[in-house]
Amino acid sequence: MAVAEREQQAAVEHVDLETTPLRELNQRLHDLAGSPGPAAWRIVNPNGAHAVACGLDSDVEVEVEGHVGYYCAGMNKRATVRIHGNASTGLAENMMSGLVVVDGNASQSAGATGRGGLLVVRGDAAARCGISMKGIDIVVGGSVGHMSAFMAQTGSLVVCGDAGEALGDSIYEARLYVRGSVVSLGADCVEKELRDEHRTQLSELLKAAEIDADPADFRRYGSARQLYNFRIDNAGAY
Amino acid sequence: MCGIVGLFAKSPEIEERLGVYLAAMLAQMNDRGPDSAGVAVYRDPVPSGSSKLTLFSADPREDWAALAARIGDELGGSPEPGVRASHAVLVVDTDAADAEAWVRASRPDLRVMSAGSVIEIYKETGLPRDFAEEFRLTDFQGTHALGHTRMATESRVTTEGSHPFSTGLDLCLVHNGSLSNHNRLRENLRREGIDFQTENDTEVAAGYLAWRMREGATLEQALEGCLDDLDGFYTFAVGTADGFAVLRDPIACKPAVLAETDEWVAMGSEWRAISVLPGSADARMWEPEPGVVYVWEKELV
Repeated sequence: MAVAEREQQAAVEHVDLETTPLRELNQRLHDLAGSPGPAAWRIVNPNGAHAVACGLDSDVEVEVEGHVGYYCAGMNKRATVRIHGNASTGLAENMMSGLVVVDGNASQSAGATGRGGLLVVRGDAAARCGISMKGIDIVVGGSVGHMSAFMAQTGSLVVCGDAGEALGDSIYEARLYVRGSVVSLGADCVEKELRDEHRTQLSELLKAAEIDADPADFRRYGSARQLYNFRIDNAGAY
Repeated sequence: MCGIVGLFAKSPEIEERLGVYLAAMLAQMNDRGPDSAGVAVYRDPVPSGSSKLTLFSADPREDWAALAARIGDELGGSPEPGVRASHAVLVVDTDAADAEAWVRASRPDLRVMSAGSVIEIYKETGLPRDFAEEFRLTDFQGTHALGHTRMATESRVTTEGSHPFSTGLDLCLVHNGSLSNHNRLRENLRREGIDFQTENDTEVAAGYLAWRMREGATLEQALEGCLDDLDGFYTFAVGTADGFAVLRDPIACKPAVLAETDEWVAMGSEWRAISVLPGSADARMWEPEPGVVYVWEKELV
């Protein structure tokens, strides 16, 4: 790597969304996938804009100062996106890999359909957190709302607070860990034994999320596997 | 989609600039509802014994001064029409129900957008940004206001189909979402004597609230009744003479954000509507729980 290139990468690129159009910012971030550029970015004044830092595909580190709107860090690949504020609907939707961290709360459908990477919500996540998750790991410092992990296929959802109604409804093979209370479990979701392998996984996820909690305090929930295999006994319910 | 905004002033400074903030909030929700826009502003209470009507005329040449003179002759007082685009506010020396009945009987071509002692409702088709300018929203001073930007799904884009909908004296409703049992419910409510002017689903919700409160329910009870009797998706904001209330359906697909500082309480479909308010960066902010009625009123804040 040339010296000039290294210097360029060491500097933090500042972008003010009050003066820079969002599309220009996202285009510059997308361009990092094909050519070298700043490795660290600081975005100020997002003021609830939608699709901030969406569709990234490089080992870049992006810090956002303020509250973001819908679909922030959606489809994220490789990048680290840290939001120092709250996030609206669809945070890190369909994330592929990398790390997304929100200091505040996230609105509904955080991490929806995510295929990989780690999503950390330090505050609360709302309804439908991890809906149809397909491999993403989600760690929530607070609580999640109703219908979280609906039709979750694989990956893990860790909730340090409480879970709302119908947790894990119609769940496939995802693992759900909740430290607090669960209002109700959804169809085909049951409590399962927390074995050593789960405690190890929990401990790794909590460490990666930088959240101080004892894995032994959590309970595990998952699929009873009665719903997604056709059974003639259930014919009335189909 | 649709966008909702609400602002409740807790200081004289916010009351003085209520319209400026309302216009800015509405502009932020422009893209959520480019079909039409509307506001309910609570301002200039009339003296006891008088009442205030907001009227809409589809005729751009409407002679509001002549109408005011006629109303003055027949109902008493000497009302000066406050004209804003296609709407005019008239203060009359009689109670609101009588004044409204007079307009319906004598000028059935006009629409009574609101009636009461403090409420004024203005709504029109077109871009919210243009609406704000045309109706001079930045002029308004007042205690609180609701606004709506509409992306129509259930019925035609007309002035009458725009929000807010009046739900009784000094009451109004704005809605983000869609109701699926509105046809049956409209028929039931018609049998109870509730009058409907459009095929709009939100007007049915407004009629439902008006009916429940006519039958003795409090605003909170009427809203809680929505959880049982309305089928569909909704975030509702209801304006009252003293404040406003917010309710999301139990599924809560439709968004809502609430925020509060020492100066104001605000509601928006999205944070970006609230972000234009002074001190918003440090506001206490939360998402209303599904199926829970939230109420702010002057005496409670």
